[in-house]
Amino acid sequence: MNDPQPSAADKPPIDWHRIQRDPDFSALVRSKARLVIPATVFFIVYYFALPIGVGWFPEFMEKKIWGDMNIAYFFALSQFLMAWVLAAIYVVAASGWDRSERTLLAKFGYTSKH
Amino acid sequence: MFLAFVAATLVITYFSARKSSGASAYFAAGRRITGWQNGLAVAGDYMSAASFLGIAGMIAMNGYDGFMYSVGFLVAYLTVLYIVAEPLRNSGKYTMADMLAYRLSPKPVRAAASLSTLTVSVFYMIAQMVGAGVLVRQLIPGVSYEVAVVGVGLLMVVYVVFGGMLATTWVQIIKAILLMSGSIFLSVLVLREYHFDLGEFFTRLTAIESTAPDGTKVVRNFLTPGLIFKNPWDQISLGMALLFGTAGLPHILIRFYTVPDAKTARSSVVWAMAIIGLFYIMTTFFGFGAASLMGPDYVQANGGTNMAAPELARKLGGEVFFAFISAVAFATILAVVAGLTISASTSFAHDFFTNVIHHGKEHQPGQEVLVARIAAFVVGALAIVIAIILGPGVNVAFLVGLAFAVAASANLPVMLFSIFWKRFNTNGAVVGLLVGLTSSILLILISPDFMGENAIFPLKNPALLSIPIGFLAAIIGTLLSKEVPSEDKFVEFQVRANTGLGSEKATEH
Repeated sequence: MNDPQPSAADKPPIDWHRIQRDPDFSALVRSKARLVIPATVFFIVYYFALPIGVGWFPEFMEKKIWGDMNIAYFFALSQFLMAWVLAAIYVVAASGWDRSERTLLAKFGYTSKH
Repeated sequence: MFLAFVAATLVITYFSARKSSGASAYFAAGRRITGWQNGLAVAGDYMSAASFLGIAGMIAMNGYDGFMYSVGFLVAYLTVLYIVAEPLRNSGKYTMADMLAYRLSPKPVRAAASLSTLTVSVFYMIAQMVGAGVLVRQLIPGVSYEVAVVGVGLLMVVYVVFGGMLATTWVQIIKAILLMSGSIFLSVLVLREYHFDLGEFFTRLTAIESTAPDGTKVVRNFLTPGLIFKNPWDQISLGMALLFGTAGLPHILIRFYTVPDAKTARSSVVWAMAIIGLFYIMTTFFGFGAASLMGPDYVQANGGTNMAAPELARKLGGEVFFAFISAVAFATILAVVAGLTISASTSFAHDFFTNVIHHGKEHQPGQEVLVARIAAFVVGALAIVIAIILGPGVNVAFLVGLAFAVAASANLPVMLFSIFWKRFNTNGAVVGLLVGLTSSILLILISPDFMGENAIFPLKNPALLSIPIGFLAAIIGTLLSKEVPSEDKFVEFQVRANTGLGSEKATEH
């Protein structure tokens, strides 16, 4: 029925419920949500600010701020920076999650390979 | 130059064909690809003909609006990184459907997911085929568009049929490196024309002369938004397709199964974002460069909108550089088509053939791989035929935008719900996939792209309407069915997605 087969390494069936009830597990899930939800809302809003800006506020977006380069162009460039910064934040946060994940799994006698 | 690349890739294909045996090797390169390798391969899979030829062409013809594609293509990776990559890697085996089927009734979900994977792949592939056809026609005099499309199609089928995922991965990596070096060199040549003075570069863009369809000369400021998208809703709709579609593209998702674990999946997204971001910033140099150094009329007269970047290379670096850039563009197309073909054929073989028709059992060893090879051939042929029917005139970035819309409407809603919504059930997944798929395609058919002035649906890209429809269909489908998915399965999924416990490991050698 469930096709993702457990690999040979974890022979005794895993007690998923016991892990899920563990306070460290819920702490891990909460800690992920604390970053993922606000960050996702932020990048969606920041990203759509660009098409909304150029679509409905063209006079503002066409204002020149450096030579002939206008706000629209700089705002578009800033999206690249925003994406890179958020990616960096994620990586830093995720290495913390990796640590709590290792501790959690070790508690139940599983070693994760990372 | 051109032939050298083709020869080199065939050698790789030959060696990986000898090395790879078994399904995990064929479909997931043995899960032993490293983070930076997979990052380059993701970038290689993503920076398609649409990016290199299509966006450059759009910026060359109409300025700023083309750059909006570049922005969306990169920011979309945040959706992949933050939401999809790790749970996907932790809960699946070869395809997106593995994750969807994890806690739902596998057969109907897999059948629907396989259908949507095939549709998105074919859509995307058509765009690449059109690009290839135009390119080869311009490159080798005397070869017609049709012959070029068929040739490219056959070549990529060879890679996939014989080499599998390992060969495809290496083709992607080499192509990503070639494309980046070609783009950097082209950007430097453009900036040299302006004595490396960015101020001068942008000043020249404020007055670009071109001929309007009615024959009059117009002078436009190419830094002004809105030259393509007159209707702001068009921008929003395209933005939605790009931002939410990437996380539903089967050929990108499938790459996360080639790495050993979720952590490597994450680092590969970051590598990919670095490379992809740099590349898309450079599209401004060669896109705007083509606009001011050659002008839209020149581009139109020399190979059309999809040939702006190679023609710019010819103008600035002579015939040798033109041949190099064309070879890079060709490599780009081959690599992307190979990635698409493998994702489509894997989905068909693994999801539909093995798990739906044969109830998850392989009757003979190697059967799944054989079916995948046959499917690769059929999918390739289908894309060739449609690309020939559409003809060389359509902009490839635009075509790809439609593929993103289909992916965003059909695949993304069900993926999100299967990760986050406990009550989500089989009916919801099937209805969500099918309604998302059909609504986006129907809206494309009644849009101005196909119906011109009398279009029933006013937007060029359906995402604005079809993504909410996809989400709604998945919700309503779930609520209408009494089926309550197994609680145990959700707990298992949750633990597995968050910790990677029990996920598919790299194969030992």
